[in-house]
Amino acid sequence: MSTYRIQGATGDWEVVIGLEVHAQVTSNSKLFSGSATAFGAEPNSQVSLIDAAMPGMLPVPNRECIRQAVRTGMAIEAQINKWSRFDRKNYFYADLPQGYQISQLYHPIVGEGSLTIDADEKAGIPADKVIGIERIHVEQDAGKLMHDQHPTMSYVDLNRSGVALMEIVSRPDMASPAEAGAYLSKLRTILRYVGSCDGNMDQGSMRADVNVSVRRPGEELGTRTETKNVNSVRFVMQAIEHEASRQVDVLEAGGKIVQETRLFDPTTGSTRSMRSKEDAHDYRYFPDPDLLPLELDDAFLEECRASLPELPDAKRARYVGELGLSAYNAAVLTADVDTFAWFEALLAETASAQGKQPAEVAKQAANWLISEFFGALNKQGKSLEDSPVSHEQAAELLALVGKGTISGSIAKQVLETMFETGDNAGVIVEREGLKQESDTGAIEAKVDEILAANADKVAQYREGKVALFGFFVGQTMKAMAGKGNPQVVNEILKAKLG
Amino acid sequence: MTELTELGVAQIRDGVAGGDFTAVEVAQAFNANVAAAQEALNAFIIATPEKAIEAAQATDAKRARGEALGKMGGVPIGMKDLFATFDVQTTAASHMLEGFKPQYESTVSQKLWDAGAGMLGKLNLDQFAMGSSNETSYFGNVISPWKRNDGGNAALAPGGSSGGSSSALAARLCPAATGTDTGGSIRQPAAFTGTTGIKPTYGRCSRWGVVAFASSLDQAGPMARSVQDCAIMLEAMAGFDAKDSTSLDLPVPNWEAALSGDMKGKKVGIPKEYRVDGLDEDVSKSWDDGIAWLKDAGAEIVEISLPHTKYALPTYYIIAPAEASSNLARYDGVRYGLRDLPDGANLQDMYAATRAAGFGPEVKRRILIGTYVLSAGFYDAYYTQAQKVRALIAQDFAKAFEQCDVILAPTAPSAAFGLGENVDDPLKMYLNDVFAVPASLAGLPAMSVPAGLNREGLPLGLQVIGKAFDEQGVLNAGLALEQRAQFSAKPEKWW
Amino acid sequence: MSVDTATVAKIASLARIKVSEAEIEAMVPELNGILAWVEQLGEVDTSQVEPMTAVIPNTLRLRDDVIDADPLTGGDKRDAVLANAPAAEHGFFGVPKVIE
Ligand SMILES: [Mg+2]
Ligand SMILES: [Zn+2]
Repeated sequence: MSTYRIQGATGDWEVVIGLEVHAQVTSNSKLFSGSATAFGAEPNSQVSLIDAAMPGMLPVPNRECIRQAVRTGMAIEAQINKWSRFDRKNYFYADLPQGYQISQLYHPIVGEGSLTIDADEKAGIPADKVIGIERIHVEQDAGKLMHDQHPTMSYVDLNRSGVALMEIVSRPDMASPAEAGAYLSKLRTILRYVGSCDGNMDQGSMRADVNVSVRRPGEELGTRTETKNVNSVRFVMQAIEHEASRQVDVLEAGGKIVQETRLFDPTTGSTRSMRSKEDAHDYRYFPDPDLLPLELDDAFLEECRASLPELPDAKRARYVGELGLSAYNAAVLTADVDTFAWFEALLAETASAQGKQPAEVAKQAANWLISEFFGALNKQGKSLEDSPVSHEQAAELLALVGKGTISGSIAKQVLETMFETGDNAGVIVEREGLKQESDTGAIEAKVDEILAANADKVAQYREGKVALFGFFVGQTMKAMAGKGNPQVVNEILKAKLG
Repeated sequence: MTELTELGVAQIRDGVAGGDFTAVEVAQAFNANVAAAQEALNAFIIATPEKAIEAAQATDAKRARGEALGKMGGVPIGMKDLFATFDVQTTAASHMLEGFKPQYESTVSQKLWDAGAGMLGKLNLDQFAMGSSNETSYFGNVISPWKRNDGGNAALAPGGSSGGSSSALAARLCPAATGTDTGGSIRQPAAFTGTTGIKPTYGRCSRWGVVAFASSLDQAGPMARSVQDCAIMLEAMAGFDAKDSTSLDLPVPNWEAALSGDMKGKKVGIPKEYRVDGLDEDVSKSWDDGIAWLKDAGAEIVEISLPHTKYALPTYYIIAPAEASSNLARYDGVRYGLRDLPDGANLQDMYAATRAAGFGPEVKRRILIGTYVLSAGFYDAYYTQAQKVRALIAQDFAKAFEQCDVILAPTAPSAAFGLGENVDDPLKMYLNDVFAVPASLAGLPAMSVPAGLNREGLPLGLQVIGKAFDEQGVLNAGLALEQRAQFSAKPEKWW
Repeated sequence: MSVDTATVAKIASLARIKVSEAEIEAMVPELNGILAWVEQLGEVDTSQVEPMTAVIPNTLRLRDDVIDADPLTGGDKRDAVLANAPAAEHGFFGVPKVIE
């Protein structure tokens, strides 16, 4: 149980949160028409006669959108309904050309499922916290209204009108802003793994309707409000925080919560009542008579299942179990599609460059990727996507370390040069003479010099000041310009110091 | 030679192909009739004589080049103004769409042009196809060319909603016309005007580009003056269309070639529930005539039962308005059509003003009924119940067709009535479709053929209802009736 | 179930059709007449019946995910889309300003 509580003037309150996430299905063309879905096109250039609801126009569903919804359902281990149906949700608005949205109310394509959010002690998220998912249904997106282009008119752009969305409806199973944030992040990760949504929240590919209510611990559910179209994890958490404390204030002042639709204002982090949707809702849902029931056969479902990738939880477990990574590293590397893809490519190339099994080099690759490479990228303000160093190049560098050609500290220097010049690691090592010295004789000679020059410290060491060992290592490495094989240096020093 | 405008589809097609006359001559003759009758009959919302000539010229040129002509080669037709025609005003007879010029062509009209037909004009109809008398058009009533033989001069209804089509056919303004049938809108006007029309199986003709009334019922079909002409034109109109999710993915049979009025070995069902108390005597008699004719054609007559018949109309008047209330939501003054923007109006005010100004009273009535039956708390009691009863009505037919091949019934409970006679009572008007609606609810092919005149000298129609996909059976029974009815009456020209 | 003037006003508002008091008054008996008539369906026992979903046996076809595969159902036709608009500017439809 989450221990998140709002401390009101009259005592503690619990928050109950459910999310309805609208995720744009990755597809070339719209749900019911052949027009394109690409982001950022000229106004009304990606609009068919169907999307503009011209008289006599009819919808024909896009197989890929159905397929992606089914695959998403399978990824959250949900019930897939082989018989589903499209319904019309009737209301009037300028972004809704048909006067109805084709959606699924009575028979959604995906039924009950769930996902497990990642534990986070600091944020108060317990291990194995499961969030129920009531359903996923497929529906049309609306167009877009622009209010600031003309003094007396709003402008209507229908490019988004008819783009396929999945509405993913959670159970009211979240009890803190952190849990809601973790749910949304995890859901985004899964969608990106599956490839059913690109998860670009800033382009509107994922938006959440946030349902919030508060109650005294253990009491019945309170009246909820729905804050529409919140488009980042941070904003969702802010909206919940604000809305929950607003509700507590209202209730503690003796007021009542009105079930209503609200808007989130990212500039103030607060929510406000939405004027345009005050009208009593009566959507008059009924089965769309232009469409027959959607029936899926076994072959279709099998293809959907067979095309599912390894999912985040399974991948993370495998990274720990098979590759021997730490739980932390496994979590970092599986958090996003781009990250694991880069890691897995690096791992494969590193293993083959060193003639080893992936499991033998996984730790090295993971540690290096997370601590060295991510750091270097960060310094340059870059992401894996636009990394100037490819995974082939990185694998070559790791192989040089693995084979003992260069030391870890030299590798840092080489990586820096790689970022600057784009050259391959081998070329840089050769050109700058950075090869590691592993020859025992040469190292012994240097060690002898150092010990002779620091006879007093040798004496102190032998009297028990063992901390001086590091000093001798440092001196030796310095004398060798960093190129001495640290392992060999250690061994020889230990032997000589006795 | 008979006047060209007396000729039907087959005769024109064959005459043009055989060089007896040119397509342009035919188009000119019909164009002239259209123009001459417009004021009196108001059958067309707009005439498009240049389109008819253009298509005719193309046909004549094709023939001159020795190329094969299409199924409708050289035949000028009337197009019900519910079909979108490219850049030609398409209104559904509503003020809402006055001036609307679609930038697309409906599948059915495109197929007809591809088959060599030409367009004489856009035919008047009941507004959004809602009506049974053509008194709901924004562009004025269509007048039937028929008159009662009582010496009076009452203007009669051509039926509806395809009343422009039926009036134009009876008055020889066109040899064939498109119709659409949601609850009898092809068959009832055909019956009222002594013409012939078939509503095929739901899904035979694409609904793409046809202004929607009630999607689960709407079905286009041909109207003409003979069964053969209907068969020819239906072949040109029908066919799978990937743009319509409810389109039937079936080949189009060669209905014309397989036409036969021989009913030997066929069983004809007579539904006892259609013999309602107080059925018009003349209608009853013509039904008996029909039974005798089909018997004469070799058929065996069997009594059948369609027990839920009396619930068909109420079922229809829940489902059709419900679908219409949603289908017509797109007429909002934003993207096309009428916009009424009173001073200071906001978006929602604009919608309400536009829709108040754009829709006629019958359309509003049905939208309100449809909105009500779908609204929260009433949906199950009305709409779900209606869809269940609809399933029972379809089952009735399925059971009946275990005992018979086609069903014979009257098309309408009366002959044409006078304009204005039924307008004050919507329920009375709705009852006109009592015999037509059951087949619509079940999606079955059904046709009306003229059976004779009643004692007022007005045409009566007989209806043949067939099994799903069996247009051939319907056409053949229709032909058997036609051959024996020998219907040759035509309205005396007064316009 | 029968409707009163308030209900008719509410339905008209839901359907976005502006109606005058007089029109509402006239519609009440008319709609009640029709509703009373359709309510005879209530006497049919449908407890064992599934509501009809497809009038003729047919299955929903799914189309391939190809942009503008058929020009009739594809996009990239702004002029055609805006051709009949009561108000169009800069490639947009114009409507009275909306305050959200
Ligand atoms: Mg929502
Ligand atoms: Zn939604």
